Amino acid sequence: MRNLETDVLVVGAGGAGMYAAVEAARLGSRVILADRGLIGRSGATVMAQMTVAAAMGEPADDSVEAHLADTLKAGRGLCEPDLSRLLCEEGLECVREMDTWGVGWARAEGHLTPVMAPGHDRPRCVYVDFLNTGPAVSRTLRTQVIRSPLVQRVGDLCITDLVVHEGRCAGAVGVHLPTGEAVTIVAGAVVLACGGLTRLYARNSASSNMGGDAYALALRAGAPLIDMEFVQFFPIGHLAPRMIGMDPIMWDPFRYKLGGRLLNGLKEEFTHRYGTEDGGRYTITRDQATYAIYKEVEAGRGSPHGGAWLSFEHLPAEQLRAAFGPVVDRLAKNGIDLAKTPIEVAPIAHYHMGGVAVDTRMATAVPGLFVGGEAVGGANGANRLSGNAITEAFAFGRRAGASAAEAVTALAASAVADPAASAARIEQVRAQAQRLIEATLTPGTLPAEANTAAAIDELQVIMSRKVGPFRTEAGLREGLEGVRALAQRFHAAPSFAPGAFDPVWLDWFDLRNMTLVAETVAVAALERTESRGAHQREDHPGLDPDWTLHLESRLAGPTDAVALVQSQVNPQIALARVPVNAGAAA
Amino acid sequence: MKSLAQLKVWRGAPPEEGHYEQYEVPFESGNSVLDGLRYIRSHFDRTLALRFACINANACKECMVMVDGKTVYGCTTRLEAREMRIEPLRNKDWIRDVVSEIGPPDERLPEV
Ligand code: FES
Repeated sequence: MRNLETDVLVVGAGGAGMYAAVEAARLGSRVILADRGLIGRSGATVMAQMTVAAAMGEPADDSVEAHLADTLKAGRGLCEPDLSRLLCEEGLECVREMDTWGVGWARAEGHLTPVMAPGHDRPRCVYVDFLNTGPAVSRTLRTQVIRSPLVQRVGDLCITDLVVHEGRCAGAVGVHLPTGEAVTIVAGAVVLACGGLTRLYARNSASSNMGGDAYALALRAGAPLIDMEFVQFFPIGHLAPRMIGMDPIMWDPFRYKLGGRLLNGLKEEFTHRYGTEDGGRYTITRDQATYAIYKEVEAGRGSPHGGAWLSFEHLPAEQLRAAFGPVVDRLAKNGIDLAKTPIEVAPIAHYHMGGVAVDTRMATAVPGLFVGGEAVGGANGANRLSGNAITEAFAFGRRAGASAAEAVTALAASAVADPAASAARIEQVRAQAQRLIEATLTPGTLPAEANTAAAIDELQVIMSRKVGPFRTEAGLREGLEGVRALAQRFHAAPSFAPGAFDPVWLDWFDLRNMTLVAETVAVAALERTESRGAHQREDHPGLDPDWTLHLESRLAGPTDAVALVQSQVNPQIALARVPVNAGAAA
Repeated sequence: MKSLAQLKVWRGAPPEEGHYEQYEVPFESGNSVLDGLRYIRSHFDRTLALRFACINANACKECMVMVDGKTVYGCTTRLEAREMRIEPLRNKDWIRDVVSEIGPPDERLPEV
């Protein structure tokens, strides 16, 4: 067993986690920045090739108010306005700070060249050429992290549970993947910045680390989540042929710019059948496009891989070259020649609006526990405005890091006042953490033939079919039953002690979190009997003003960590309705 | 149209010496070696240790392995309808199966 101690533990080293670490260290805290993969290469940020929304006000006028108005409008009445404002305001500061750190936002003639994105009232989205936004952002933040002597970077460390001591989050436990060894970390404060849940779905645009770890860790620590029914699907994600090294959501701007044609399996235009006359302008909304593709596939008119064709064949090769630039060559490497062949697209899980409930300090209901990035719930309401994901990673990461450092400072003051009590407390937390990780890693009775990797595939299929973008009561109930049955089948731990880079144990940890988070999404989706933003109930069409409220999820029953680990039954979710806080920022 | 790749995969963990195991993996044109290894996990043997995060984006750089003696990214190398030999990186410490220690030395869990 390895025992570590620090002021601030940051879980997740993507955009939000790295920003949190840099900020906490800047304020004087010692930080451990932990990730289950490699530092700065894990998570969603590094994969994002598109744009970052910020009211930079150049070359044309812009304002935080205008950005905020677009964000709130996209959120269909469910944004927490204070959080949305923070996203737009502090996000802007961070985008400027990133500029001073040399990220390289695209410029021409001495000024930024922000582009238009759907839902914005003006060009507001900065980027790094060509399709290089995420990698450039990650590299820049990683450099800042490395320059912070107070930050210790620890990759290949999979955090399995948080430690709550006397009502306060006081650290975490996990497994060091290369050795399979147990790890305890005593911390003054913890920041969860390990992203969303898109891995719950078979087709998704994010990394295999996005299985909802942050939500599961928060739930088990006693922190409530909100808006878990709102999973954003991206309508024309890349489906086939297999394409490597490209963001699967890259087709959108090209479709807008060039007028790519969406065709069904019979190579017919079809979006007009769903009351969405495209009129040759190719601007139907995301949810309409998703719906139309789903329905065509359901009617047996899908493309060979179960999506739709996206065709640029009607355009001359020179025009494609002019619009796609060097991307044409990267496509050619993937065997794709847009002038000759269409590609297949389908709706893919892209982002999660729901998340851990926080205040504007990014503080959760559990003292000492903070959240940053996509793991935060509330800022984007029922639907996220395009371009806001990296902005929120910056803003919420930085804010979470600052708040965690502040909490640690308060703790340090009491340690100075009573050093003996403080040392005793650290010992107690460590002992508690050791009991928890020992209980977690105790071999169980999972049958040898139970294939944990196949179970994850199975969960993804259930979620895609039953808890996807279009939902019905019957489907959601079936989905929920399927998720629960799977969770029960894989409830017992593997029957051997974890080894080096143990894939079965890693799957098992993932299944434990993914089934819990899947249940949370399904339960909330079943409860919300209306259609709003990303949550579309075919049996309850249309937005119902009475539903302008959040569904808050928490764990029903005991939340003692060791008891939860040892329990023989699936944890259950309890829902509550909480009003949208039309706070000062509205 | 599905084809078959014969994947000869290095298995075991130190202090063992390691050995090859052979798997027949069906694939579609365009599928990657990483797809093939993930297929093995879901269909034949869940205990095969792999590392990858981004699957498609070639962003995480975790999936480096040796294919037929050459260092490649598992996610950018295509499956082919022939025997393909997949091994861990030769110049890194071997951890298990095709996984080697690739984390930068100053980003590993500190020895206490
Ligand atoms: S899986 Fe991420 S680079 Fe290959």
